[in-house]
Amino acid sequence: MKCARIFGMGFLLAVTLACLLAPFVAPSYAHQFRDEPDAAPSRQHLLGTDDLGRDRFARVLYGTRVSLLLAPAAALLSSLLAVLIGGTAGFLGGWVERVVMAATDLFLSLPWLFLLITVRALLPLNVSPITSVAITFALLGCLGWAAAARVVCADARTLASSDFILLARASGSSGFRLLWKQVVPNLRPIVFAQFWISIPVFILTEANLGVLGLGVAEPLPSWGSLLRELQSYSAITGQPWQFVPLILFVAVVSCFHLALLEQESPA
Amino acid sequence: MLSRFARHAARITGTLILGGFLGATLVRVAPGFGVDEAELDSRLSSQSIEAVRSSQPANEKLGAFYWHYVSHIVHGDFGISRSLQRPVAELLKERAPETAKSVALGLLLGWALGLSLAIAVVISRSWAVDLLAGVIGGMLLCLPAAVLALLFLIARMPGRLVLALIVFPNVFRYARNLLVRSAAAPHVLTARAKGLSNFSVLCSHVLRPAAPQLLALAGVSVSIGFTAAIPVEALCDLPGLGQLAWKAALSRDLYLLVTLTMIVALVTLVANSISDLLAQGLAHNSAEVTA
Repeated sequence: MKCARIFGMGFLLAVTLACLLAPFVAPSYAHQFRDEPDAAPSRQHLLGTDDLGRDRFARVLYGTRVSLLLAPAAALLSSLLAVLIGGTAGFLGGWVERVVMAATDLFLSLPWLFLLITVRALLPLNVSPITSVAITFALLGCLGWAAAARVVCADARTLASSDFILLARASGSSGFRLLWKQVVPNLRPIVFAQFWISIPVFILTEANLGVLGLGVAEPLPSWGSLLRELQSYSAITGQPWQFVPLILFVAVVSCFHLALLEQESPA
Repeated sequence: MLSRFARHAARITGTLILGGFLGATLVRVAPGFGVDEAELDSRLSSQSIEAVRSSQPANEKLGAFYWHYVSHIVHGDFGISRSLQRPVAELLKERAPETAKSVALGLLLGWALGLSLAIAVVISRSWAVDLLAGVIGGMLLCLPAAVLALLFLIARMPGRLVLALIVFPNVFRYARNLLVRSAAAPHVLTARAKGLSNFSVLCSHVLRPAAPQLLALAGVSVSIGFTAAIPVEALCDLPGLGQLAWKAALSRDLYLLVTLTMIVALVTLVANSISDLLAQGLAHNSAEVTA
């Protein structure tokens, strides 16, 4: 298990580093080599070019960067919301907890992708690539808090009735200070686990949205838009290097799961 | 039993009222709501444009809008789809059977595959079978439904099967953990030591205690199936509710989208409640038998 975790973390680190170094090792993701559309892999273009003559290797690196850096950002946002909503509800208890958990149940009962595309459709679709990135990942962060909030609420409830909180109350600590100084720091392990669980979920959801044309807008690449190119794959002309983004995608998500296995196993 | 049923019914009703209100609010505040394209017709006089504007529901307050929205739905009138210019009820009637067929087949196959593999892992007690099944399940968990649908398109395989492959890893992972834990119980070891056949041990001592939790998972898997129906139907060109939702999202037809979301939410809520009630009933019966 430990070896698997080290391998997973090492792979994720290597991929992240490669993505960050993209401007130094690959041409621009938007540059079009008009004389070489649909080119096969060569020394100049390691994964060939797409139908517009854009370097596939560069697009994979930049696309991975978008997904790999922004999914944790969305996970951070959803984890913070989970702490704010679930933590406060669990700490206060009583009718506040009941109302908040009822709202959380309502949120969880709505099918995730239906809810996501409904809210996405509410916002403008024809926007600049940067705005589309911000909208996509902010949506994921804002709508993905419910499951984590349930777990955090249960943990906060247990903490609120524990001995050290009773001691803190007896020492005169109360209200927001008690929540901030005593409860929230002790929620850290569970919040970290929820944060880590959310990352692959958000990566998968972004890919689904991207393939459906509701994710990050072109020409900025993301895993969703890279995987959508498989739609034009033809078994007859056969360009197997088109599958490289898919292989990388599966490898990265698997590595997140490997790291999660290690987190779940001690419990 | 009756009070549990009433509690579930109240929960569903409350969720629908609240969800419906949120949905109506979304539709009401969406940019472009209540704007008729006829207003752009340059031949219309200012009085005519004013008349067109005043006939729009956008002039209603949110409460009144919600009241009209609900009263129309209660009478079976789901409104007109803005993008397709057809009654939503007609679209639902046309497309619901396709999605129901796809989701039912996906759930059936996914459960058959997931449960069979989980049982195989428990019966064989072989690490190789466990590892192989775990790797297949893990790989499928790492693939988005949309990509699986694309791969099926490339391989010219029926798109409906994708739903089974989405449901399968979730069922397998949960059922495997549950059955392995159940099979490791001391009374199962005793039953084996007393010479009970593998089949009897499996049916009476492994599957039966795990049944309530498995039933609860059945409700959750309905939601997984409907969620996966959007990319699968959109990419495999299956004319169901998922494809309709995707088209509605691309054309920003919020009225249709909110109605679809509420209907799918209702179906998943009912499925969850039924599985919860059955699971609780089963757990209650088991407790009585044990006592």
